[in-house]
Amino acid sequence: MAAIETTVVRSTASDTTARPGGIRPSRRRRSRPASIALHAGLITASFIAIFPVFWVLVTSFKPTADAYSTALWRNFTFENYSSVLDSRFPRWFLNSVIVAMLTMALGVFISATCGYAMSRFRFPGYRPLMWLFLLTQMFPVAILIVPIYNIMTRLGLIDTYWSLILAYCTVAVPFCSYLLKGYFDTVPIEIDEAGRVDGLTPFGTFWRLIVPLARPGLAVTAFYTFLTAWGEVAYASKFMTSEKQYTLAFGMQVYVGQFKTEWGDLAAASIMVTVPALVVFYVVQKYLVSGLTAGGTKG
Amino acid sequence: MAEVSYVNASRIYPGNPIPAVNDLNLEVGDGEFMVLVGPSGSGKSTALRMLAGLEDIDTGEVRISGKDVSNKPPKDRDIAMVFQNYALYPHMTVAENMGFALKLKGVPRSQRDTRVREAAKLLDLERYLDRKPKALSGGQRQRVAMGRAIVREPAVFLMDEPLSNLDAKLRVETRANIAALQARLGTTTIYVTHDQVEAMTMGHRVAVLKDGELQQCDTPRALYDRPANAFVAGFIGSPAMNLKTVPLTEGGAKVGDLLVPLTRTVLDAAKAASLSEITIGIRPESFKVSTDEAGLALHVDLVEELGADAYVYGTAHLGDTDEQVVVRVADRAVPEMGQTIRLTVVPDETHVFSPASGERLG
Repeated sequence: MAAIETTVVRSTASDTTARPGGIRPSRRRRSRPASIALHAGLITASFIAIFPVFWVLVTSFKPTADAYSTALWRNFTFENYSSVLDSRFPRWFLNSVIVAMLTMALGVFISATCGYAMSRFRFPGYRPLMWLFLLTQMFPVAILIVPIYNIMTRLGLIDTYWSLILAYCTVAVPFCSYLLKGYFDTVPIEIDEAGRVDGLTPFGTFWRLIVPLARPGLAVTAFYTFLTAWGEVAYASKFMTSEKQYTLAFGMQVYVGQFKTEWGDLAAASIMVTVPALVVFYVVQKYLVSGLTAGGTKG
Repeated sequence: MAEVSYVNASRIYPGNPIPAVNDLNLEVGDGEFMVLVGPSGSGKSTALRMLAGLEDIDTGEVRISGKDVSNKPPKDRDIAMVFQNYALYPHMTVAENMGFALKLKGVPRSQRDTRVREAAKLLDLERYLDRKPKALSGGQRQRVAMGRAIVREPAVFLMDEPLSNLDAKLRVETRANIAALQARLGTTTIYVTHDQVEAMTMGHRVAVLKDGELQQCDTPRALYDRPANAFVAGFIGSPAMNLKTVPLTEGGAKVGDLLVPLTRTVLDAAKAASLSEITIGIRPESFKVSTDEAGLALHVDLVEELGADAYVYGTAHLGDTDEQVVVRVADRAVPEMGQTIRLTVVPDETHVFSPASGERLG
């Protein structure tokens, strides 16, 4: 086996125009011009994706008056950041953080228990439930916002965090349940049975055995629910009526005035909004590792 | 006293007309090693899981130590189970895996550690106590699974084909280890396998199942010498017994050119059932290669030499058809392919069954 591998490795490292003889039928190797073209294309695409974010960062360090200039560095200043932090921004930041964190916690818990139930238990109506989860995702926000608003009003939740938390859960939970169901399906059911024989209740099996094994799926769910709550504008704009309750997504609109846009402030606010999402992603990506259930069962 | 009984136990999966386990009646004594054996789909795993509490029991009941446990959850039945693919907890170390059940019961840590270490010593796992299952070989994982069961000191061990996923050599070694372990611990054990060699070598008694029904439950020797029906006769013993339907004559059965004498009891039973044909079972080692020209003619198709002896696969003309026959040749003078040899049968080593019902005659 090693001999075959080294032969292939050696021939790819050598002159790209020569065809290797011998053991394996050769794949067509990329010619040099094709390689250059491919890399150029990828670099261009990456540039197009990253540049706008980079430009916002650059703009946030320039006074608004210089926002339109194309220089990377002009009158470097922190005044945008300080002016944003002096306004209602910190309060909105807190609102967003609370709403997003609670949505994440509640969303992950409900999705995980729901996904586990769909994966392991054959309760009456489990198939219609799965269909329901799929179908409800097809409804756009524009259709749902009025009925949900009415429900929230009747519950007295308008202008509280819970109106948004519950609304965001309706968005995220069906998708995440499906995702986690698929993930739990990969955990062999014998582990559940071994847990039962050892003396665990069904919730105990779920909590102590299956959840530790589903970390990648839970990490993705956590990130997805967080992001749903963090960036959502439509529900946030309607369910939060008093200014001190606004979330960031809605609050940032103040920088877009009728006659003039405060580019500097807007850029600074945008950068600060990105930071928590990056932090959550950093924490979560550690759990996105494969091989978690390796060794538990044969094969 | 940890006896186990199945009393008219049945399990029918919803939507299936045929029961997976049909009216099973089985008694296992305290300290006995009972093997449930049968082909795929025979209901042996289902029967084991019914005892474990992982399958519902639709009718009848299951008793452990005389008490009806049919409605109790697995943890209240005082059992421990070894699964076919081990089912170790991947995120825990070997020591944690083995101690988990005790931890759930609230056993204090020092006691737990002692028991885990004792079991590890018994199974030669002391070096691996801090490893996770993914860092172990198949054989080691299998021993951890057994260790997890032993630590609990249950009334009954349940084992569901634990050797199926091991390579052949390891299987032979582990087979002996499991049998020795059970003898040492004296715990009642129910062991499920599809491999009749495991059944014959490990069990005090063996229960043969087919299509959810118990065919025969007896010691390995009795199963081999007096199978109760044609299925058990063909299942136990490798290579399988030669089972051929042949006409009955005065004094015996006509197997090709050979007249095989039968006992009075068998002939009377056949006459009582008004049979003109019977199914005769002759094990490969019950044939003798005859040196003269008398006997059943066998055209040799294939010879399998296994070192100590050889198995000859050939075709014999019985009645109107050519049938395959397997013969064991114990000496070094092995016939060649294409040769025709003559066979006789050792008297008293034949088995006779009814062609219709498969039941033993006499």
